[in-house]
Amino acid sequence: MSNTDFVLAVEDLTVSFDGFKAVDSLTMYIDKNELRVLVGPNGAGKTTVLDLICGKTKSTGGSIKFNNIELTKLSEHEIVRSGVGRKFQNPSIYENLSVYQNLEVSYPKGRGVFGSLTFKRTQAVEDRVRKVAEDIMLTEFLDMESALLSHGQKQWLEIGMLLMQEPELLMLDEPVAGMSAKERDQTADLLNRICQNRSVIVIEHDMEFVKKIAHKVTVLHQGKILAEGPMDKVQSDEKVIEVYLGH
Amino acid sequence: MTLWEKMKASSVLGGKEGVISLAVLAAIIFVVLPLGVDIFRLNLIGKYLTYAFVAVGLVMLWGHGGILSLGQGIFFGLGGYAMAMFLKLEASDPLSTKIQSTPGIPDFMDWNQLTALPWFWEPFKSLPFTIFAVLTIPALFAYIIGYAMFKRRVGGVYFSIITQAVALILSILIVGQQGYTGGVNGMTDLRTMLGWDIRTDSAKYILYFVNGLLLFGAIFLSKYIMSSKFGMLLLAMRDKEERVRFSGYDVSNFKIFIFCFAAMLSAVGGAMFTLQVGFMSPSFVGIVPSIEMVIFCAVGGRASLVGAVYGTLLVNYGKTVFSETYPEMWLFLMGGLFIAVVMFFPSGLAGIWDKYATKYGWFKDKVAPVKKPEVSTSEVEAPAVLTETITEPTLTPDATGVVSKQVTRKKADANAAIESNKLRGAEA
Repeated sequence: MSNTDFVLAVEDLTVSFDGFKAVDSLTMYIDKNELRVLVGPNGAGKTTVLDLICGKTKSTGGSIKFNNIELTKLSEHEIVRSGVGRKFQNPSIYENLSVYQNLEVSYPKGRGVFGSLTFKRTQAVEDRVRKVAEDIMLTEFLDMESALLSHGQKQWLEIGMLLMQEPELLMLDEPVAGMSAKERDQTADLLNRICQNRSVIVIEHDMEFVKKIAHKVTVLHQGKILAEGPMDKVQSDEKVIEVYLGH
Repeated sequence: MTLWEKMKASSVLGGKEGVISLAVLAAIIFVVLPLGVDIFRLNLIGKYLTYAFVAVGLVMLWGHGGILSLGQGIFFGLGGYAMAMFLKLEASDPLSTKIQSTPGIPDFMDWNQLTALPWFWEPFKSLPFTIFAVLTIPALFAYIIGYAMFKRRVGGVYFSIITQAVALILSILIVGQQGYTGGVNGMTDLRTMLGWDIRTDSAKYILYFVNGLLLFGAIFLSKYIMSSKFGMLLLAMRDKEERVRFSGYDVSNFKIFIFCFAAMLSAVGGAMFTLQVGFMSPSFVGIVPSIEMVIFCAVGGRASLVGAVYGTLLVNYGKTVFSETYPEMWLFLMGGLFIAVVMFFPSGLAGIWDKYATKYGWFKDKVAPVKKPEVSTSEVEAPAVLTETITEPTLTPDATGVVSKQVTRKKADANAAIESNKLRGAEA
């Protein structure tokens, strides 16, 4: 595959589980500073695409290039270190640690065994934790055990843990699932703020929310791209309407 | 700030409460027991305290890391055998073995028709090498086992079973290779270390105190690890391994390290066992001792370093008392104890202590529950997970005026479950 200017270039990506193609020759390009939303019915392969990009699932074919680095050959932690962050569908935080510790653990220094043994909480770490906590609206909860946070706050905390790593590409799987209307609005603001100097891929079902954040929308269906483009264009696409309404 | 104040504030030692519990343990081990019991009993307690090294290692590995090894006897045994080999060679000088057909080699080799010292015994003529071997060989072995398993992401119960199998294999190997290892009898009749007779009462006192100091060294080292970022990661890994992996950490390296650390502590315990008890045998390597050591740790409280030491002392004291009167009952009692601890006191003695310390308000500064911030901010709203009917997926093409299809969250979740089952089935 040739090199491109895109942050992420997914080309001909295929994964098959015993003959069932969850993702089928998918090609997709993400620009710098772009916020892309993946939509599609259940089983369309949205989460699998994120799994493939972050290395959780190994592809059967095709290529994923991030800043022209081939990701399909790298292990999970190497992909993260190259600048890709991934939020899982269910809030995945360390419930037995405080909010502060959750963020501190995610700071991208002292990532080796011996580095972590000698890691010191410097002013830079402190500043970064406070800055991120402010972004994710959890400043006053820093000392609280994170298990006590509300569901929505846990989602934000996980986003914050990713922001600690300053990833160039951020992938969020249903970031507003289970949130109240107000929390959704705040999350939309948060996403619009954090995509200023990075690219973001979001999987989301809530179309009102998608409208608020998406630069471009990609509709997946049975592992293939059905439509791609700005929200209003995609929404009036005949094929999309058909898939969503079913027969 | 005085030293005492500095210690109290130190996060490594666990604040005021941590310092007090360490001080109490130190007083018991270094003052109360040596003054209160005779040398025979003290030597016995010294033997128990060598198991405490294993229990401390298990607190780190199992209690904090969530990795249950049922094969810590492997490392205890390797450390013990390394020390025993050195002592055995010293006890086998040509003069005291002159009646053998090959003088100058350990007696069990002579009985097994060996006529020369095997090559791997040669370096154990040196004490510095022996100490080096105690610290590195078990750790290296743990590294190999750990690398083979954790890199392939073998974990949980599979890891436990494999470690148990390795413990069994090693004990069978030791028994089978009688000419090289002393077989089922082990290595007995150990006498001196660099000419210093380890069987005298004064030597037993000295070894007891050295053992106690090393044990405290092990606890301090463990506390240091727990206070570092490594300790935080260990807890994080136990909770959400995937999240740690996708935060850019190579999880397997952390597991390998803590497994090697626990192995090294066990080996030091094994070496001190050989010195204090004067022999080493395969009965400290196999499955039963390995599981016993897990019980010591569980009874003390698997997340408490100090608790593990008390657990070891108490269970062994019970074992000695009961097996003197009802030897055949002991194993049943031990099994019952383990079940009781797991079912009713999952945090062991340390958990019971914490509960009452909280109840009566001792150590208020430490055990006070995490303060809940006042819920005055607008951010905090009841999450709408259960009540709200989320429309999904709802594409509303206004232009065409087509009615959107609404799927309730519940149904969508059911579909998602079916989907993921399908995928899982397909993967398998």
